[in-house]
Amino acid sequence: MTKALVSVTGLDTTGIIAAVATKLSEMNINILDITQTILGGYFTMMMVVDLDGAQLDFEEINRRLQPVRDDLKMTIHLQRMDIFDAMHRI
Amino acid sequence: MIETGEILQTMRMIQEENFDIRTITLGINLLDCSDPDPERCAQRVYDKICQLAGNLVHTGEEIETEFGIPIVNKRISVTPVSLISQGDPRPIARALDRAAAEVGVNFLGGYSALMHKGATKADERLLASIPEVLSETKLLCSSVNVASTRSGINMNAVREMGKIIRKTAELTADSDGLGCAKLVVFANAVEDNPFMAGAFCGTGEPECAINVGVSGPGVVKVALESVRGQPFDVLAETIKRTAFKITRVGQLVAREASQRMGVPFGIVDLSLAPTPARGDSVAHILMEMGLEMAGAPGTTAALALLNDAVKKGGVMASNHVGGLSGAFIPVSEDIGMIEAASRGVLTLEKLEAMTCVCSVGLDMIAIPGDTSAATISGIIADEAAIGVINNKTTAVRVIPAVGKKAGDRVEFGGLLGFAPVMPVNPMKNDDFIARGGRIPAPLHSLRN
Repeated sequence: MTKALVSVTGLDTTGIIAAVATKLSEMNINILDITQTILGGYFTMMMVVDLDGAQLDFEEINRRLQPVRDDLKMTIHLQRMDIFDAMHRI
Repeated sequence: MIETGEILQTMRMIQEENFDIRTITLGINLLDCSDPDPERCAQRVYDKICQLAGNLVHTGEEIETEFGIPIVNKRISVTPVSLISQGDPRPIARALDRAAAEVGVNFLGGYSALMHKGATKADERLLASIPEVLSETKLLCSSVNVASTRSGINMNAVREMGKIIRKTAELTADSDGLGCAKLVVFANAVEDNPFMAGAFCGTGEPECAINVGVSGPGVVKVALESVRGQPFDVLAETIKRTAFKITRVGQLVAREASQRMGVPFGIVDLSLAPTPARGDSVAHILMEMGLEMAGAPGTTAALALLNDAVKKGGVMASNHVGGLSGAFIPVSEDIGMIEAASRGVLTLEKLEAMTCVCSVGLDMIAIPGDTSAATISGIIADEAAIGVINNKTTAVRVIPAVGKKAGDRVEFGGLLGFAPVMPVNPMKNDDFIARGGRIPAPLHSLRN
């Protein structure tokens, strides 16, 4: 399983989770875990996803998230989970 | 499952605290490119580098994107050129520079000679060509090993290097002596160092190897902010924990790069390498420990603790640690060092003391343009003595600022930064340097 983190930050608005989840679903990317919080109107969400179902390379997935970034005016980062595992788990 | 706090900590390190992988350096053996005809040798060198390193930059960028960690430099280190050159080494230098540009790396190291015990004809030819080569090439870096604990200090080489540094400065005077920023004089040079300007691929290295240099002074500085006023035991433990985390990412990147390129993993170099950016300074770590500025009494002790704790934390995080591993203290590349040197708090003599306990030596220091070759040789000899006696790597990378005097400023730009011209002790040493010969190896070199 190739796990990745989708982190979404920016000013809160309606439909952020729906938009991101829909785009991921279109690419056949399964969501494994979600945490989300709002602090002072600032929206922060972290999704752990499985990229294996997508049949797309990493760059292409990242590219297809661009319209969601543009529509929502949110910062969306996609990065492999390995970096967090390496740093915080032995 | 990784917790949210842990994810945020990693992201903060990268986005706010300047944590990055400083370099992926591909070591390439060029011994099989040797040829009596310099042009043919140059062509073989060019072809081999382009073939083996063709996808280095792309691989680095791929890893950067996927893992979300900046990899600032992609570089190449090659077999010391004096070992493959059978005639004029300059065509090889030009080929190396062209190959580096072709594959898109930002530096290529290995225009080097290892002459800690004596010089071969090829070493002499290479040495003589360094000023011209560094003034004509852009991406090529040069290093010369003049001393080792096993063999002592080659004072003939030390004398020559004083002259060569001066000449290089003169030939590159229009760029503030930039040529000298690409030239390092070593004692106890290491074969797998991924950092420039001193990287080369030693003869004990495999055909090809991936060596990774991590960095992150900013991360250590921020971690220490949370233990203000606490005893040194806590300080050391905090640095160790931070170094461990940083190095684990270095190890991950090294493993990925090695797999993707089909090249064996060599080492992770656990160095804290500063840049002139705010929040990326080793000097600021020392200040966080309680010093008003780098250079204040206590600086050497602070640096010793830092250097040791970085190694202790990092060594458990990687299966092969090597290179220089420790804290770098380049003056022009560290905003805290620049400030301290500009105010006269940090002197050449204090820096020399600091090199006894850090990972390298007198690094990126601008000195007055009228500093004599013999004085530069004296500085090199002192550093080499520290390295030889203490069984560690030391180096000198000084830049005589032609036409400038102490207190003036030189600008190199980019990661190389800017620096105040630092005063040098004016007492003469010409008779000392003129002696030549070899300072014998110390007693503790006889360890068998």
